Order: sequence, then structure tokens, then C-alpha cells
Amino acid sequence: MLLVLAVLVLVALAANLMVGRTFYPPGDVVSVILGQDVAGASFTVGRLRLPRAVLALLVGLCFGLGGVTFQTMLRNPLASPDIIGISLGASAAAAFAIVTLQVDGPVVSALAITSGLGVAMLIYLLSFRDGVAGARLILVGIAVALMLESVISYLLEQAAAWDFQEATRWLAGSLNSAHWGDVVPTLVALVVLGPVLLASGRHLDLLQLGDDTASALGVRVERTRVVAIVAAVGLVAFATAAAGPIAFVAFLSGPIAARLIGPGVSLLVPSALVGALLVLVADLAGQNAFDHRYPVGVVTGVLGAPYLIYLIVRSNRTGGSL
Amino acid sequence: MTRDHVLNVEGLTLGYGERTVIDRLDLLVPPGRVSAIVGANACGKSTLLRSMSRLLRPRTGQVLLDGEQVHRLPAKELARTLGLLPQAPTAPEGITVSDLVGRGRNPHQRLLSRWSAEDDAAVAAALEATDTVGLADRPVDELSGGQRQRVWIAMALAQQTDVLLLDEPTTYLDVSHQVEVLDLLTDLNRTRGTTIVMVLHDLNLAARYADHLVALADGRLHAAGEPHAVLTEENVRAVFGLDCSVITDPVSGRPLMLPIGRHHVAAPAH
Repeated sequence: MLLVLAVLVLVALAANLMVGRTFYPPGDVVSVILGQDVAGASFTVGRLRLPRAVLALLVGLCFGLGGVTFQTMLRNPLASPDIIGISLGASAAAAFAIVTLQVDGPVVSALAITSGLGVAMLIYLLSFRDGVAGARLILVGIAVALMLESVISYLLEQAAAWDFQEATRWLAGSLNSAHWGDVVPTLVALVVLGPVLLASGRHLDLLQLGDDTASALGVRVERTRVVAIVAAVGLVAFATAAAGPIAFVAFLSGPIAARLIGPGVSLLVPSALVGALLVLVADLAGQNAFDHRYPVGVVTGVLGAPYLIYLIVRSNRTGGSL
Repeated sequence: MTRDHVLNVEGLTLGYGERTVIDRLDLLVPPGRVSAIVGANACGKSTLLRSMSRLLRPRTGQVLLDGEQVHRLPAKELARTLGLLPQAPTAPEGITVSDLVGRGRNPHQRLLSRWSAEDDAAVAAALEATDTVGLADRPVDELSGGQRQRVWIAMALAQQTDVLLLDEPTTYLDVSHQVEVLDLLTDLNRTRGTTIVMVLHDLNLAARYADHLVALADGRLHAAGEPHAVLTEENVRAVFGLDCSVITDPVSGRPLMLPIGRHHVAAPAH
């Protein structure tokens, strides 16, 4: 199943490179990647589609990995960074940077990352009482998210027309302005933080047995949790800084991976792959499936909202987990 | 046979927030025996057990395993000697019995080590001992309460610790399953020499199955020793505020407590 997912991700990546207003066959795409000059394709594929598709792949991996880490750790699919305000922390800072400080590019990214980590720390401290309970953290997170939503609304009220447009495009989650400058920091984050999470994967799984049982099995609960939170928030914040808070990808990837893979296996890698697949397919659809071009976040939002409702309805009945 | 370990508590004070739950407690767990901690609700039984497995830091005093403070031992090293089955453990949705039992192997595994033949053998032995081999591929959430409790005990067995702490292992079980679980723990004690410490609600089952009874009242040690010495009419009155008559259990020869309430008392008890 893992292999199938990996192949699907590669197919989606290839499709994103070939398909567009003009279709380029695989041969042309490979030539461009190998650095050869192909009329038309060199610009469209090499300069436009390649950084966009690679960024889609990377942010999908980051969101999938970051989201499932939170969901596993807190034993609740609602505990995803895009539900409990961490992504919104990054977004609010970005809106502030664009609208109020009138800056762009790396400054926006840096502020978004700092603020994402800051909000995560705030939520953690607010919900800390003899350790952190999942339900308390989620409720505090949702409250913080609502607060940040109103901060963003306030900032947009103040915005000049041009800034307003840029801010809303960023807030929707978009790959439109993808360039190699966005790809590099995201790649670095993934290469540094991904292995940290994979190494603590087994201990994260044990946390699902409850803190007491995990601790009795030799897991240092609080340390595992802090390391995982920092790494997961880092991934989500870097991805958000590069492409905006692409709606629901962090939230959806884990549960979808759980359905595909089944219980008893670590979901980190499958969920990362599902995240990448979601972003690649959603961007492909947003760009080509309709008369109008939609930002990727609009497409994933349409997919994610009904699932969120389904999950809440279902968890009312069963109190279910991932 | 396992190695005997000395687990003891010195001047231990525990609490949550403002509240003091255990107050300057001294306790020695007899090595290689079965001990039961009894006492009224909220007298600090579970709190004591949690602190003994280092889930709760002492306010003052210490918990010592072979002379070393458990709160200072490396987490995995402690988990290879001392296991704990909490009161209401949670299983991830859909996990199978063998997967869950396998998680008990964590303290024996290194960061990136693969599952070993030794792990397989430990899981097989744990399933065998708890009579759950036939359930190995079933999801835990489909099992009955008694089966589930056996599976959790199997996980604790797969951990292969010489000392095993259990917080009310018989809660939510009907009487036949209660006896089954306590028999299983006795087997474990007799065949492997595992030191067992459990919190039990049922005084009579505690007196029957434990070699050593510890009675707590208001966070202090009220009495400790052999069941005959601890389960007495005076102690039950002091610890639970209940009048009773203690007779000899015709089945086990251990003391048997018969409560005396306001109704259904045929003749004066004395």
C-alpha cells in the first residue's frame, strides 16, 4: 500500500508537469528536467510548472506529516494544526506583515514561522496542568483559532485594495507565485525535521495507549511530546509560509492514510504521502478542471469541510479516534 | 525465575495541586510475593501506585527500587524491571490483540532496531499465559471486558518485568472473570516469581489472593502484613467506617469479611 501511494504521488507529480493550457509529452518534460532546451516547454515546464509541482509535493509532505503527528499524539483527528490555530497563527502574522508592515517575500515567511511556533507554545502553556490532556489542548486551540480569525478579519478591514488582494490570495493557500525561493526553505525544513519525527514514531504510537501506559513502557511522555510538537509545528509553519494555509490538508491526510493502511502501523510516512497526493491532485484540478482557475486551498477546502462535519457527527456517537 | 527486587517507599508525600493525598508514607513491598493495597475510595491507593511507577513526582520522600530512586532511573531501564497496568488503559481504534501485546516490547527495543525473534517469543508466551492466543488477530475493541483485561495483562507480561503493578485489574469484570484474572496473576507469581502489587476494591478477594495486605486510610498507612493480621473487624471499622464480622473463609482458610449494615442482620453479630 505504501508503494502504491508512492507511485500515485509520482504519477500526480508527472501529471502536474505535463498537463496545463498546453500539454507536453513525458519526453519533453524529462528533457527539460535534464536541462535540455525544448522550445516552449523550457519556459512553461521548467520555470512555471516544475517549481510549482515540487512545492506542491513538499508542502503536501509537510502538512501530512505535521498533521498526523498532532492527531496521533493527542489521539484525536480534530487535533490537527489547521484546526487548533497553529496554521492560523502563521496566517495572522502573514496578514499583519502584508497589510500593516507592507513587506513581502522572506519577511512574511519568517514572521509566519515565528508566529506559528509562538501560537503552538501559547496553546501548550495554556492547556498545561500536570501534563497536557488532549481534549483541553484542542478546546484551547479552537478558542485561540477563533481569536486569530478575528485578528485576520480586522487586519483585512484595514487593508488597502492591493494589499487586500495579496493577503486574501495568500490566506486561501495558493501555489500561484511558486518559485525556487520558496522551495528551498521548505525542503530544508523537511530534511531536518522529518527524520526527527520518524525517529520518535514508535514513541508517538505508544502515546496512543494513554500517558500512563506509555510511561510504564519506558516513554518519556513530556519530552516525546515537546520534540514532536516543535518538529510538527516547524513543518506546518514552513509549508504555510511557502504556500499559505492550504485548507484541511494537515487535517485530512492522517485519517485518509489510516483508512488505507489499517491500524497498528505508524501513519507518519503514509500520511505524508497522502498529503502530497492531495495537494498535487487539488492543484491539478484547480488549474485545469474548471473554466476558472482556483487556488489549491479552495479545492482542498471543498473536500475537507464535509469530512470535518462527518467526523464531528461520528465522534459524537463513538468518541472515535484516528 | 526472576530476580527479586526490593521496592520500598520512604517518607513519601504526594498530592495534586493544593491537596495532599499521601502523607509521609513508609512501605516495603515484600519481594517475590503478591501484595494488595486496600482502602476506602479516594484514600490515595491509585496515587501511591502511580508514584511507585514514577508517573507522579513525590512532594517529599522517595520511591526506591533496589536502593535507587525510580524518578532518577532512565525511563527504559525502569520499564525493563517495573511494569504498570493503569486503571483504564485506552487502545487505539482497530488495533489487533497481537499488535497491542507487541507494544509491551518497547523497553527492550532500541531506537531503530527491528522486531526480533526474542520479541516474538515474548509475545507468544504472553498470549499463551493469558489464554489469548485464539484472539491474536482480533481487534481489541471487539472483545468482551474480561478478554480485554487479559489482553492488557498480556501486554504487561510481554514487557517481562520482575515487578508488576496493577491498578484495580478486576474493575468492570464479573465475578468469574475477576477470579480468572487473579488466578492468572497468582500463576505468574508462582511460576516466574514476579513481585505483584495491586490495588483491589474487593477486600475478600484481596485477602484471598494477596500474601501481604496494605491498608491505607486518609493517605496514611493504617496496617500492613499478612491477611489475618490486617483484615480484622477493628481495622475494617477504622479504615472503612463499617461494622463487620470476620470469619475464616471455608474455601481458602483466609479471613472473610461479612459486612453488617442496618438491614438484613439476622441475629446480633456477637
